[in-house]
Amino acid sequence: MLKTFPKGGVHPPENKISANKPIEALPLPSKVSILVSQHIGAPATILVAKGDKVKVGQLIAQSSGFVSANIHSSVSGTVESLDAVMDSSGYKRTAITITVEGDEWEESIDRSKDLNKTISLSAEEIIKKISASGIVGLGGATFPSHVKLSIPAGKKAEVLIINGVECEPYLTSDHRLMLEKGHELMVGIQILMRALNVDKAFIGIENNKPDAIAHLQSLETEYPGIKVQALKVKYPQGGEKQLIKSITNREVPSGGLPIDIGAVVHNVGTAFAVYEAVQKNKPLFERVVTVTGKELAKPSNFVVRIGTPISSLIDAAGGFPEDTGKVVNGGPMMGKALSDTNVPVTKGTSGVIVFKETDSKRKAEGACIRCAKCVSACPMGLEPFLLIKLSQRMMYDRLETERIMDCMECGSCSFGCPANLPLLDYIRLGKGEVGKIIRARKN
Amino acid sequence: MSSILLTSIIILSVLGVLLAVILYAVAQKFKVIEDPRIDQVEAVLPGANCGGCGFPGCRGMAEALVKADDFGSLFCPVGGNSTMAKAAEVLGKVAEAKDPMVAVVRCSGSPEHRPRTLEYDGATSCKLATMLYSGDTGCQFGCLGLGDCVNACQFDAIHIDPETKLPVVDDEKCTACGACAKACPKFIIELRKKGPKNKRIYVSCVNKDKGGIARKACSAACIGCGKCVKTCPHEAIVLENNLAYIDFNKCKLCRKCVEVCPTGAIHELNFPPRKKVEAATENAETK
Repeated sequence: MLKTFPKGGVHPPENKISANKPIEALPLPSKVSILVSQHIGAPATILVAKGDKVKVGQLIAQSSGFVSANIHSSVSGTVESLDAVMDSSGYKRTAITITVEGDEWEESIDRSKDLNKTISLSAEEIIKKISASGIVGLGGATFPSHVKLSIPAGKKAEVLIINGVECEPYLTSDHRLMLEKGHELMVGIQILMRALNVDKAFIGIENNKPDAIAHLQSLETEYPGIKVQALKVKYPQGGEKQLIKSITNREVPSGGLPIDIGAVVHNVGTAFAVYEAVQKNKPLFERVVTVTGKELAKPSNFVVRIGTPISSLIDAAGGFPEDTGKVVNGGPMMGKALSDTNVPVTKGTSGVIVFKETDSKRKAEGACIRCAKCVSACPMGLEPFLLIKLSQRMMYDRLETERIMDCMECGSCSFGCPANLPLLDYIRLGKGEVGKIIRARKN
Repeated sequence: MSSILLTSIIILSVLGVLLAVILYAVAQKFKVIEDPRIDQVEAVLPGANCGGCGFPGCRGMAEALVKADDFGSLFCPVGGNSTMAKAAEVLGKVAEAKDPMVAVVRCSGSPEHRPRTLEYDGATSCKLATMLYSGDTGCQFGCLGLGDCVNACQFDAIHIDPETKLPVVDDEKCTACGACAKACPKFIIELRKKGPKNKRIYVSCVNKDKGGIARKACSAACIGCGKCVKTCPHEAIVLENNLAYIDFNKCKLCRKCVEVCPTGAIHELNFPPRKKVEAATENAETK
């Protein structure tokens, strides 16, 4: 039986062009820029100086708090500068720029391809290892994983949910990972289960990936406790709260966290990174990135070293098509247009999409006709047409009572709006302001 | 028939008198005694309710003025010194005269100085655009030209110049309430001393990048060369984060810094034209 979440949702065209393209390793770039803030939380503290020699996997910036993450070098070479570079947010931020020389890895990293199924570490040791390896949520939110695994006192994790939904159109990196690294993924999930001390885990996969569902289902018997759950194709099935509701039928309370109802959600990419960190001693310095677009010559899934400029990914996928209008970092629903294509790949880069000029333009704005399409599309049960008005009029108290902080910015409202209103844009603006007010109140 | 009429008239009259008595009693019991001076002060204030004083409206300001022992930091930027003097007269206090202020836009990045490198087609709001990226030019500090300041102004004193795509402040209309400065997400607009006969000198740039990067993005940017700092005889200019800033309290309007600035980032306003021909043309440009 296919499961799904009850409220809202939309059906954008899937366009999974790169779904049958196996994961390839991208050739090493000549230079990488590794940002010190690639995660939610405090930026990491730089440990290297200009001119230092570094190896692949060497710790180059250290976590500067509980909600922060270690950063490791993704290449071997010389540190060229510690200046700010343009990142995908469109602002210059501090980064460690390294000139690549050869490909010399730290000796402690196990580079063999053999599957290692025996988990020898205890729960605390696993969490420590994950924290040391700088693993963050690879679904895009980049929340440090060790924070999610450290269950606060008085709460108990009951079920682990692995997010293999990949509900964003175009993106296929998680899909390929599930197909090609099934065993490693399953071991990674078992490691996470031990860290959380839970005995059941579900892998949620949307039904548009039948090959991945079949493949992982065939492995179920080998790895007890893990169950594959096929889900209906509906955006945003991969939203954390939606996925929990779909699989367990439990609802995360407004303003609460999944752990409040005993659930912990991790992405398949994160589970694979956990396998590599714990079993192979390999910190997080590369990830799978989908490079796609309807006009692109060679849509592909690449394993990319963190810090590689996005332009070199596009070059490897056949170069910019002639009438490129927009390059989007992330999925088409939640991703953001890049203001510079030389920005480096970060731990949160799940895909790069190239749109042609005509596809990249917004349509002319009309007037709201109160059709309430946005209301029926909102998976959180909010009223976007009202939120945009309140946000434009800066009525922040009312916005808070209208639960604007529950918005996860999935973009379902803007997607369906017949008047092409910038609903999400203004909701984001209001959310930012309300967030500021709430934080000020707490302090 | 007439008895029905009579009964209803009597019942309603009695009811009316009864309720009037109750209302009167309640009004007496829960009477709010307010300082009558608040009304008097409010009558003196401009009534714009702009919030420039820091209170939600003129009434709030009036209450604060009545409560305050001395006016100190309380000031109505819209009414200015005359209004404050009147309020002081009502309350029998003394209001210190303050220099009139005006909003100043510190960006000279017109399209000719600062070529556009990107195209923005999102919603028309500077605040929103800053959440998405640093701007549609190479300069990540400069004006986005989407008009949040124009929307914030209640006095119709600031407009986007269609040619330079930059906001222009109307000195006559600007009351220095500070709404535009608060609305600007790039902190480009600053309240500065209006100066004698509206004469002002200021650094019209907020770019904190190093000289080369700033110059590449915008030919009118402050490159932090420090020439103005060395030239200034009054030590009114400080250089911080590759950006010069003129302290309007120390500035004596000698205009020496304007002459030495290599990029023309220092603007002078409302000065008589200079004797030299080339300097005069430059002056006309900055206007």
